[in-house]
Amino acid sequence: MRSGVVYTETMVHAAPEQFVADAPYQLAIISLEEGGRLTARVDGERVAIGDPVEFVGDRNGIPFFRKA
Amino acid sequence: MRPVAIIGIGKTAFGAFPDRDLRSLAVEAGEKCLKDAHVSPSQVEAYYLGNFAGPSFVGQNHLAPYIAGAMGITGVPCTRFEAACASSGSAFYHAVSSVAAGLNDVVLVAGVEKMTSQTTPKVTEILAGAGDTCGEVRAGATFPALFAMIARRHMYQYGTTREQMAAVAVKNHENGAKNPLAHMRKVITMEQALKGKPISEPLTVFDCSLISDGAAAVLIAPLERAAEFTSQPVKILGVAQTSDYVALDQKDDITTFGAVVAAAQKAYKMAGVTAQDIQFAEVHDCFTIAEIIATEDLGFVKKGEGGPYALAGCTRLTGPLPINASGGLKSKGHPVGATGVGQICDLVYQLRGQAGERQLARHSLGLAQNLGGSGATAVVTILGVA
Repeated sequence: MRSGVVYTETMVHAAPEQFVADAPYQLAIISLEEGGRLTARVDGERVAIGDPVEFVGDRNGIPFFRKA
Repeated sequence: MRPVAIIGIGKTAFGAFPDRDLRSLAVEAGEKCLKDAHVSPSQVEAYYLGNFAGPSFVGQNHLAPYIAGAMGITGVPCTRFEAACASSGSAFYHAVSSVAAGLNDVVLVAGVEKMTSQTTPKVTEILAGAGDTCGEVRAGATFPALFAMIARRHMYQYGTTREQMAAVAVKNHENGAKNPLAHMRKVITMEQALKGKPISEPLTVFDCSLISDGAAAVLIAPLERAAEFTSQPVKILGVAQTSDYVALDQKDDITTFGAVVAAAQKAYKMAGVTAQDIQFAEVHDCFTIAEIIATEDLGFVKKGEGGPYALAGCTRLTGPLPINASGGLKSKGHPVGATGVGQICDLVYQLRGQAGERQLARHSLGLAQNLGGSGATAVVTILGVA
């Protein structure tokens, strides 16, 4: 579906109350191929700035991407 | 527009105070401020209060008249301002506007936050409400995460290092140890700062400001009346508030805060000074990277040079441009709603020569920069001896 490139990222260790069970998790801002940027979670392998990523799907309204 | 002066200041200590409620903190700061200016509650013509999340942190709404009433101030406009961590900076900007316009003469401006009665995950969640809850926050962003992503990008674009960020923390703790009202009066080493517990990579616990309780207040009046109240009035030379998008992913370049750049330019113009004239500053170091970016956005150094400038010691008490002589949000503490007015108080201590062990050699022209969220609100204030 959608693909893009990692604009920036972080690994979140101190999570907000509703995501404590998920921590640590990687969060990234993705520059989308179609234009614009999106804040999303990263699935699987850890990514770095400049890495190409592809859209995996939405889970509980959260967009997930993984390394392409 | 009339010139406006600060005629009194008052602050509580910042820290974790399990026995104190929000109102008692705000009342303490307000009463200290009135006493400092020899003004009675009946002389106060308006009360402007900055508070980010009192309703979420302690379940209290209608805060401004609630606190004013406890000080014996009634029958006047009492209003709360919310602009995330720039809440009291925004209250200050609007209070100055009202006095400059001639609507009021004697106005009490305050800020307060009571944060430590909640657990850290709950505080993290409440603070995240200053971000875009339909986008970044829903995906799991916290404020440390947003500033961690800013830091990563700044490191990528400008070669900023972990050591440069740690230098900010070490310096601010060194200053805060000299401040009797600071939350964490403890010196830290570079090694400690680099090896802190990870919060949101690359930020460790030593890159993050503190969760604190506290309040601060200032009293303002037309400059022409200042001598009625104080022998040491401070002149408000410039003040500006500007805005930007709330969501980080809507900004073209996240290594700069456009709202800060715009507010600084407006404030410099109003004051008739340049960045090079500023002798000392209190900047919004909610995270160490934010202080580095502030030195760039305010025009003290060129873009990308904030990190090396901090590591070289240029911003220490003895450096050419002391930044956060108070200890900053990092060591002094960050009761978010109190921070903006707290910074103004810290400038005034320096301008009056009342900063004790942290008193600076050059102290006649200072600047404060208060940031809301990840940069959607910015307030820049320039103060000088009258």
